[in-house]
Amino acid sequence: MSLLWLRFALGCYFISLIYAFVALTRTSDLFSRVALHAASLGMVFHFVSLVELFVSGQIVWASLHSGESLLAFLSMTFFMIAYAIYKTTSPGVVVFPVVFFLTFVAAVDQQPILLTQFIPHKGLLVAHIILIFTGYAALVLSFGASLLYLLQERRLKTKKASSLTSFLPALEVIDQIGYRSLLLGFPFMTLGLLTGTILAATTYGHVDFLDPVFLLSLLMWAVYMLMVFTRWNSGWRGRRAAVLATFAFFAAIVAWAANYFSTIHRFAAS
Amino acid sequence: MRYQLIGVNHKSAPLEVRERLAIPESRLPDICRDLAAYAGIEEGMVISTCNRVEIVTQTVNGSADLRGFLHQYFHLTAEELDAHLYEFREKDVVRHIFRVASSLDSMVVGEAQILGQVKEAYATARAVGAVRGQLDQLFSRAFAVAKRVRTETAVGSSSVSIASVAVELAKKIFGSLEGKTVFIVGAGKMSELAARHLMAHGCASIFVSNRTYDRAAGLAQRFNGQAIKFDDLYNTCDRADIVITSTGSPHAIFKREHGEQFLARRKNKPMFFIDIAVPRDVSPEMAKLDGIFTYDIDDLQQAVSSHVADRRHEADLAEAIILSEVESFEGRLHTLDVVPTIVSLQDHLETIRQAEIDRVRGRLGHLTAEQEIAVEALTRGIINKVMHTPITTLKTAAKESEATTVVDVVRRLFNLREKDATPEKKKEVGTRQ
Repeated sequence: MSLLWLRFALGCYFISLIYAFVALTRTSDLFSRVALHAASLGMVFHFVSLVELFVSGQIVWASLHSGESLLAFLSMTFFMIAYAIYKTTSPGVVVFPVVFFLTFVAAVDQQPILLTQFIPHKGLLVAHIILIFTGYAALVLSFGASLLYLLQERRLKTKKASSLTSFLPALEVIDQIGYRSLLLGFPFMTLGLLTGTILAATTYGHVDFLDPVFLLSLLMWAVYMLMVFTRWNSGWRGRRAAVLATFAFFAAIVAWAANYFSTIHRFAAS
Repeated sequence: MRYQLIGVNHKSAPLEVRERLAIPESRLPDICRDLAAYAGIEEGMVISTCNRVEIVTQTVNGSADLRGFLHQYFHLTAEELDAHLYEFREKDVVRHIFRVASSLDSMVVGEAQILGQVKEAYATARAVGAVRGQLDQLFSRAFAVAKRVRTETAVGSSSVSIASVAVELAKKIFGSLEGKTVFIVGAGKMSELAARHLMAHGCASIFVSNRTYDRAAGLAQRFNGQAIKFDDLYNTCDRADIVITSTGSPHAIFKREHGEQFLARRKNKPMFFIDIAVPRDVSPEMAKLDGIFTYDIDDLQQAVSSHVADRRHEADLAEAIILSEVESFEGRLHTLDVVPTIVSLQDHLETIRQAEIDRVRGRLGHLTAEQEIAVEALTRGIINKVMHTPITTLKTAAKESEATTVVDVVRRLFNLREKDATPEKKKEVGTRQ
């Protein structure tokens, strides 16, 4: 049943996905509103799907595909928070495709992996997953904002007449969305990694520092910290910030992909 | 009508070229004098704004070497300049000047500033004696046409000014302008207007700097702002989010290194430079810095182009007015060409009338006052009736190519010697048309 709700959500996200592509070429307030409502409805279905999964009694949170579903939901939540504050759907141009992709992967092939070893640490596990995914979601939004910042900066620099009517909000608004996401996401990411390390240590009795997930997660966190620091200390924006955000985002993707090869997260096999 | 015009504007020449032709206000009287003294030119004036440099002349034979004058005056070669020049003659000059004064040829169609600038150029040229009869006629009419266009069309209402475009662009960078700081460099009218718009949209504070400190202080006072000494410009400029610059400096006053300093001190917070000076005050290298956005006068032109379409209809109405006014002016000028002949004819016949009255007065004996009036009326009536056909023919012919032939015929028939009509007489004959 959880999968059914997720597929409903996917249908709604598909409308938002179309908006993301259309918005790159033309501006339509109506379509923007439709996409927003579709995304909101999708979130409702998505939430029901996640709740059903949680109350089903199976601990499937740490399955890769369930994780993708949760990350999609949290990314959409961040988008909605940004929308509530700044009244702009522009970050959807980046967020909607990411959310659709994650939800699609989760909806087509959901295979729970039971985390038998972790059942005694259920609370810590849930905290780890929620914290780290919230950090990821913030990173997605921050990355999206960085790309939009570059786009808007380019439009303003090239001085095209269309820059006056583009769908993008003001440069400073985009900057604020990116920066606040970064600030919000960083403690979550830090605590998420910390709880993950504790979880691994208590489960296996030691932490495998050479595990690809651990190394990549550490790298991602370091870049994340560098982004926060350079912004706070020197006010890095624009290209330099976008390069860091892109690096952190791809480090996160690679770290995520490394789950398939990691011994830490391949709990069922251990 | 031997008008001739040459020039460059924002459509024909890039800013780099216009910068080289820009004439400071202080040098305008000199160039007007030089122009009027140039070979083949009777009268001349120069319109120099940030968007155009135009030389308007009344020539001796309609083919003065205006290009030569520009090459010589600005020390530019034909290769550097000629590709950007446009040139008009006679009726096309009238149309162009009417369009310029009515703001139909402006970067921002309908903006009111150009009329003031043309009036100032006219006053300068007139003051040094470079504008007298023919150009005087042209510009007096141009100002009347501009007024008519403004009254009868809505082309000037809701004018998309440089100032409002600047506000729009600032909002694209900063979102809300609440609490932002503006820095005006060079206390010009356009900067003041832009600053007024920005303040009206929420900007909180303003700095003004000018080479003449008193002018900066005066402007700052109007905005409740702070005047900054020009020497302190680079130390304070980073405190502003928006810089409007319009100095008369021949070289860029904001260079890349200044931009780098500002950004470092501002922790890379964006800065928006609105450069309405020609030559530009902000080096193009500045725009390459992340976080610095510069818009010069040509960039603003691009930004307003989308708005121009909105007023296309009103501009079309204005163009129709211009067209009819050009025809009317042309007709009037041609009529003025035959005025000396008409005046001579009137004088000639009046002399005959007076002579004939004097000759028969002795034979008429004593006339009462009523009889004197009757004789006057009778003789004047005859003269007027005799003159009516030749004068009408002359005025009609004035608009045709046969004007010279008809004038010659009338002169021969009545054995006239042409003499110059007084301006009052010209006006009288012209308006009777």
